[in-house]
Amino acid sequence: MHANMTEYLRINLDTEMWECRNCDNELISARDNYKRGLLVHDRPPHEIHQPLLDPEKYEYTFCPDPSYMAILEFCCPYCGTMIEVEYTVPGHAPVHDMEPDIDDLKKKVAGWGDVPEKPQIPDVEIPRHVHQH
Amino acid sequence: MANVADAKNLSSEDKEILEKFLKANQLFHGPDQEIMNNHGLCPRSEEEERILSVEFDPHMANLCRGRILAALDESHTMVEQMGVAPGAKWGDIVTTIFTANGDMASTGTHGLVAFASVVGYPIRFINKYWVDDSSVGVHDGDAFIHNDSRYGNIHNTDQSMMMPVFWDGKLVCWVSSTIHEGENGAIEPGGMPSIAESKFDEGLKMCPFKVASNDELRRDIVTFLQNSVRDPKLQLADMKVKLHVAIRLRKRIHSIIEEFGVDSLIGTLRKSLEDTDAMVKERIKEIPNGTYRINTFLDSTLRENLLSKVPMRVTIKDGQMTWNFNGAAPQYTNRSINSVGASFKTCLATGLTLYVWPDLPKNQAAFAPIDVEFDENSLLNSSVDAPNAMSLLAIFRAFSLPALTLAKAQYCMPKRFTAISAPSYNQPATFVYGGLTQHSEITGNFCADINGNGTGGRENKDGEHALSPVFGYMADTGEMELAEEELPFVRLVSQKLAKDRVGFGKYRSGQGYEQIATVRQSSEFGFMSGQCGAKFSTAPGLFGGYSCPSYPLAKIKNINILETLAKNPEQFDFDMVELMNAQKIPGGKYSTQGAMNFEFCNEGEIYMICQGAGGGYGDVLDRAPEMVIKDIEDGLLSQETALRMYKVAFNPDNLVLDLEETENLRQEERQARIKRGIPYDEFVQSWVKDKPPEGVPYAGSWGDDDSLLYVNAPGVPPRSIQAGSEGVMLANPKDLRISSLEQEVAQLKQQLGAN
Repeated sequence: MHANMTEYLRINLDTEMWECRNCDNELISARDNYKRGLLVHDRPPHEIHQPLLDPEKYEYTFCPDPSYMAILEFCCPYCGTMIEVEYTVPGHAPVHDMEPDIDDLKKKVAGWGDVPEKPQIPDVEIPRHVHQH
Repeated sequence: MANVADAKNLSSEDKEILEKFLKANQLFHGPDQEIMNNHGLCPRSEEEERILSVEFDPHMANLCRGRILAALDESHTMVEQMGVAPGAKWGDIVTTIFTANGDMASTGTHGLVAFASVVGYPIRFINKYWVDDSSVGVHDGDAFIHNDSRYGNIHNTDQSMMMPVFWDGKLVCWVSSTIHEGENGAIEPGGMPSIAESKFDEGLKMCPFKVASNDELRRDIVTFLQNSVRDPKLQLADMKVKLHVAIRLRKRIHSIIEEFGVDSLIGTLRKSLEDTDAMVKERIKEIPNGTYRINTFLDSTLRENLLSKVPMRVTIKDGQMTWNFNGAAPQYTNRSINSVGASFKTCLATGLTLYVWPDLPKNQAAFAPIDVEFDENSLLNSSVDAPNAMSLLAIFRAFSLPALTLAKAQYCMPKRFTAISAPSYNQPATFVYGGLTQHSEITGNFCADINGNGTGGRENKDGEHALSPVFGYMADTGEMELAEEELPFVRLVSQKLAKDRVGFGKYRSGQGYEQIATVRQSSEFGFMSGQCGAKFSTAPGLFGGYSCPSYPLAKIKNINILETLAKNPEQFDFDMVELMNAQKIPGGKYSTQGAMNFEFCNEGEIYMICQGAGGGYGDVLDRAPEMVIKDIEDGLLSQETALRMYKVAFNPDNLVLDLEETENLRQEERQARIKRGIPYDEFVQSWVKDKPPEGVPYAGSWGDDDSLLYVNAPGVPPRSIQAGSEGVMLANPKDLRISSLEQEVAQLKQQLGAN
């Protein structure tokens, strides 16, 4: 029995472990903070949001200010999949963003029966009008 | 009053007399916190209880509901067609029906739910204070106006007209019409002042009062209101529009009563609310128990760079959901970005119904079962004394936070009610303008580009470009040609999608657009722009996706681009980045900044802003290479960024993909991530600090302790305060600048004297 918790995280409810959905490796106990099972990198903001305006000329350039903002990348230690990215203030503790109640999750998943790999969501394809000049 | 009335030595008769006297002689009917703190449904009225305690025909209710929705849609169209404010023309409006008690029972299929939800508060105020007041009263043919957030509103640029609907002499429901009017007489034109230091700088603050009797506006009051704003024509015209829309709505409601009976109407309104309430409770029960958190940060107060923490903690426990905002930045007692708690809550409700459960009926019950917790004196739950005209900075987070946290709570569920999505861009980036028009009229308002935000990447597809405001849908960005007929500004670049400005991810966000404006045919016209996010990205990514970039405002002063276009058109590029980097227009003073307080724009000077992108969804290395190439072909992505971010190999001349090399590059990048990554515990030990960094202006809790707020405000020593205890007064940035310059002058004098 398992529950897909995010695009890249799964909880194996039999072993009570967080797992990477990409490589199936175990990360850490499901009763712990999943981030403790990952690798973290403090990514300089300009490597993601490159300054589009000349930083020699301007203070504001489309690139966030690294003294105000840090980008923390959390990846799977086995396959390198980017599991979460957190934008925070330099030095602020990463947020413990997911703390599911494993016992209740087990009950809910058992009640749902077979959990489909893709959930049922309403989706309507709308034909797009494209301008052709 | 209660203490006196409870005095033990008074007989019950004396108590009654005393209470009656005090009620009749209350010094000031200020914002009523008993009303403002309750976002739940009122108890059933006697009428509702009588009607619903016996079997209520669901088919009849369905017919009634259909008629009500049709009436609301008709009235919405009336506002759009007749309204004068730019906000009315482009969809920042709503028409609404309420129960007699003031519960928001339905909007139409269009319209802004947040606008509708807040109007329940002033209606409850009118019911409580004016119905029995012999000097006011509530009668058939009356209409009331209001705009003050502290009595229930998003901010005081929005004005609502509320009308009671009577049948056989009894109040059976209320109807209302709300428009983002814009100009309201504030210290800056346009209705959204960024430099207001107190509520008295923010223009009209209308508590709910009567403006019409017998379906006719009181001209003396209308004149007073016109006399208080920069655009008297607008004030009169839209008051007429809202009144007559309310009259039409009332007529339709009367028709429903004539056809189905008054009990059917009252019962349908209440039943719809109760059914929605029950449905939401069932949905909450289905979500597994747990706690979900997010931290976000605003980077500006519109007057200075200052990080303000806006966190959210969602707790789901056995069918009860609690949304907690403890640890948010304190209120700024002399800045306009504070939000009233009730306003913030209605925007949370909107976030829930737009991005989590969009299938729910648009009524107040969709949010009623959720508990909300705030600190007092908080940026998100400010006191009645704090200014709040630009509450949008904080409030726009309320539209994003529910979906971000509930995405993590609900991803595991086998059935959801919409696709999970990273948030839309969530700042009010638009030109607010004011001054003298080419028709010699004074005006002030805002551009509807606030409705052109990019949406976030979704779990199954990319976000949409410039689709809608974060607070609604089916709103438009306006016809620039119409604006240029009335206003002395010209869009040199109106709505341009630019390169490399999305939230990157497996599914990228949609993009906002760039615009470049100038002024012509006026010597007294200017702009303001009231958004943050120039230093800290505002729209987070989700599940490995990145946020949107930060967005500067740019300008070129001391030029006349109209003359340049006539004489040297080659010096003008239809592109903000090119204009600013190449600096081809001689003599120009080129600069960038974050938020901009109102300033005059001389004819031909250039101002440039961007609507923003949403957040990206998922790992960039999972993006289909074909989608990357398509983005290059569509001009959304440079080849350099495609390689750098997505690790896609292709022939630069013909964009033919090299899938094998792409896979190699992506494998290399995954290995590089592992190599540069640090185990979490080790990282936290070395990276996390016990308080905010020195030199970075910051306000809010730090780390996991939400009871202590750190305040590192510019110009004053860092300190900490207990959450909820007090607000923070900030120094005037101009005073700080003067002080800094004075010190510089003193140093220079000393140096010169020494020489």
